[in-house]
Amino acid sequence: MSSSAASQGRVSALGLLLNNRLATAGLVVLVTILLLALIAPLLPLLDPNATSPANRLLPPLSDGHLLGTDALGRDLLSRLLHGARVSIAVGVSATLIAAFFGSLIGLLSGYARGWADSLMMRGIDMLMAFPYILLALAIVAVLGPGLINALYAIALINIPFFARNIRGVTLGLARREFIDAARLSGKSRAAILFTEILPNVLPIIVITMSTTIGWMILETAGLSFLGLGAQPPQADLGSMLGDGRSVLFNAPHVAIIPGVLIFLLVMSINLLGDGIRDVLDPRLKSGALARPMARTAVERESVPEKPATAKDAVLSLSGLRTAFGLGQRQIEAISGIDLHIGRQECLGLVGESGSGKSITAMSIMGLVPTPPGRIVGGSIYFQGEDLLEANDRRIRELRGGPVSHVFQDPLTTLHPLFTVGDQLVEAIRAHQPLRRPQAEKKAEELLELVRIPNPRRRLQAYPHELSGGMRQRVCIAMALANDAELIIADEPTTALDVTVQAQILMLMNKLRHEKETSILFITHDFGVISALSDRVAVMYAGQIVESGPTKEVLESPAHPYTRKLIDCVPVLGQGDRQLDAIEGGPPATGERPPGCAFAPRCAFARDACKRGEIALQPLDAEREVRCLFPLDVKREALVHA
Amino acid sequence: MHEQTEPMLQAQDVERLFGAGRTLLGRPKPAVHAVQGVSFAVRKGEILGIVGESGCGKSTLARILAGLDQASAGKVLFQGQDLAAAVRRDFKAVARQIQYVFQDPLSSLNPRKTVRAILETPLRRLLGLGREERERRLQKVIDAVNLRPEHLDRYPHEFSGGQAQRIAIARALAAEPKLIVLDEPVSALDVSVQAQVLNLLDDLKARFGLTYLFISHDLAVVETISDRVAVMYFGRLAEIGPAQRIFTQPRHHYTRLLLDSAPAPGKAIMVPESESGELPDPYNPPVGCAFAARCPAADELCRTRHPALEPAGAPKHLAACYHPPVGSTAHE
Repeated sequence: MSSSAASQGRVSALGLLLNNRLATAGLVVLVTILLLALIAPLLPLLDPNATSPANRLLPPLSDGHLLGTDALGRDLLSRLLHGARVSIAVGVSATLIAAFFGSLIGLLSGYARGWADSLMMRGIDMLMAFPYILLALAIVAVLGPGLINALYAIALINIPFFARNIRGVTLGLARREFIDAARLSGKSRAAILFTEILPNVLPIIVITMSTTIGWMILETAGLSFLGLGAQPPQADLGSMLGDGRSVLFNAPHVAIIPGVLIFLLVMSINLLGDGIRDVLDPRLKSGALARPMARTAVERESVPEKPATAKDAVLSLSGLRTAFGLGQRQIEAISGIDLHIGRQECLGLVGESGSGKSITAMSIMGLVPTPPGRIVGGSIYFQGEDLLEANDRRIRELRGGPVSHVFQDPLTTLHPLFTVGDQLVEAIRAHQPLRRPQAEKKAEELLELVRIPNPRRRLQAYPHELSGGMRQRVCIAMALANDAELIIADEPTTALDVTVQAQILMLMNKLRHEKETSILFITHDFGVISALSDRVAVMYAGQIVESGPTKEVLESPAHPYTRKLIDCVPVLGQGDRQLDAIEGGPPATGERPPGCAFAPRCAFARDACKRGEIALQPLDAEREVRCLFPLDVKREALVHA
Repeated sequence: MHEQTEPMLQAQDVERLFGAGRTLLGRPKPAVHAVQGVSFAVRKGEILGIVGESGCGKSTLARILAGLDQASAGKVLFQGQDLAAAVRRDFKAVARQIQYVFQDPLSSLNPRKTVRAILETPLRRLLGLGREERERRLQKVIDAVNLRPEHLDRYPHEFSGGQAQRIAIARALAAEPKLIVLDEPVSALDVSVQAQVLNLLDDLKARFGLTYLFISHDLAVVETISDRVAVMYFGRLAEIGPAQRIFTQPRHHYTRLLLDSAPAPGKAIMVPESESGELPDPYNPPVGCAFAARCPAADELCRTRHPALEPAGAPKHLAACYHPPVGSTAHE
């Protein structure tokens, strides 16, 4: 995606933060408190330490004392604001100190590993083994009471928190390839640590700081409450609480007022901290917080008529359009997909990454996450039934039953904590009223069906105990568990080794005949397609540009893009040096040029190709192509014969 | 070795052991031989392809050959010098000669650095160039990989996979090394982009007189680019020889299986679907040939003794197989 599209589509970090209502509330409260604390010396307040025994324990809203006075007659409002200044200053300084030393230890031990790591981490472990308040007490006992000493104590006991967090992140980063690359670029170890790793750890340090600063203020208050922090007559929130304790019953406001301020302060910091974490954490940023609906939303302007192909096809898509809302814009990922798959047919859907082939596949069973995705036009018929009009319950029945999926990476599709048997039984019992022993029997048969040796024993295996090929076999078994009519296989062999890929392809080909299943097979590799599919459809920039019987399309492609895509696959035994590469790249999603999307990269493009909408036209009875000047099929066939 | 030219890189019985050692209580820790007994030589200007499936030790070998890791036993000689000693003495001096391109371009580029910062680092740190000279070289390098000057101030995530891999190649080129180790440089890319990058690599090799070690799991890709090919299985070399010969007359059953499994447009795949495809347990390696369990020609000898790499009927063609397949494949 180009940078201009990125900056248009994405919201700024502050914008994201303000989207979070709780974080915004936290920000407002915090800024108010900070502002009041900051300008406290400038406000017309009484001297916070001036005692006046005549006015002791005045209730709030008394004359001249808005929040009343304490046991020595000191003005509570003035003490509160001055106290907040002290508490916040101590909390912030302690956080900065702890963050600096903790992060440094974490960075060093995460990067050094080995004995240095062990030494530092065991030290940290020892620090953590003491109850924190006890440790703080011990430190203050050694150094003597006082605000500065309390600050040191609190900083020290929070170092482990930073050290452990940062070490974990550093450990992960230190194994990344860009670290090796930096070494190869001549950077020293220290330079790598501080110029390569630190910039990547910084957001984590900020997140950790924003979530601990509240704790630090609480802990400072705790020490002061015990009389180990701020010494009289200096006010801080903790010592004010301590003062209030002795008069708790006859003048509760003396303790309640600082208590409420501590609550507000810590609460607002925590809310804001959570908000900051949500904005900065890349995992949460990429949408982990957005709760997608159980099914892709359908927002069609009109419901199209049932296409003629829908009657006897297993699956029939017509004019399907799926769009993503990105910022204020709506980007169409696929625009007007027409596909049909006959009974026992395997249709190969080929395209480069970003061509929309996976979105097409995921739209069928409503697996495109909403938000941001939604289906904005067209229709999907499965065995004559309109899937876009079906209710959620019906879709749930179909998913994993008559229509099932096989995905690219079996390690992420199988649950790591359950045995293969448990997962198969669950899949079976979700759709069939079977008792567990019967379902187990069936699971065993399924594993046998996908040629897993020793199926009874393998039922007890966890996914990580199986090889990649075996795991994918399990996924295929699961897809077949409920007599699927249609299997949607999204790059099922891309993550596998070549020899394993060949076996899986052979297996799928055999099973589809045995079980009379139709397959929608998605891949980016024209080499793989011919192993399995009867027909093939080629996608480019969210549209189908050519479709037809696999053999014919491979032998004499009509669309220049198909031709190029076939030619750039290196073929064994044709080790001629110069591969036929397609120069340039496909247009970014949603930035399709007018006319033919491939025209800018096409050697045969003419002016007419760059205007208007080009329709998918029949070439003969079985083939269709979206090209104004299709390659001469017969001549091509002769040349390549 | 009776080559006309002195080999640029030589591996002699390279071995890499992971784990091992003893626990605090003196119990031996389990050990895995990732690479074992690997020997070969690469001449100047040559492209040696190393093919193998995941877990065969090819990436471990690649890291050793680039000086990023050390062999547990055996030796790597670079231009006649011991590489491990050179790395200990001065890693930068080695990095000026040998560079590395990683599989995943996006994880080999620091997400928080601009392309300029990434490409300037080797120029400054390895070559110690001044600002003006750096700028000139930078233009030359990005021009060589078909990137535009305005790309320099962008961050890696703003690029497509193919562009990012070209940036990674530019970084490797910047220090003007003699040898580049390419570890699956096109595996993460789309086929159309893969062809662009392969053509670019070929072009750069001719322009800068480079030597490549090209590692990949994809035979067709390796065949396209390599002069010679080494096939690895379970940490050892199964077969090594001229690319043409390996692909037309393989003398190891594993190579044969790889060839039969490779997909191609219009080709029907014919492998036994019950073939388990499982690698042996690395903690309990077989005594004999590691491929014996999957091999159609395996007998008692194969299971009890490990075959050595021996001449296989043509000059410079070696294979480790007691009962090599005969005849040629259909790919000619």
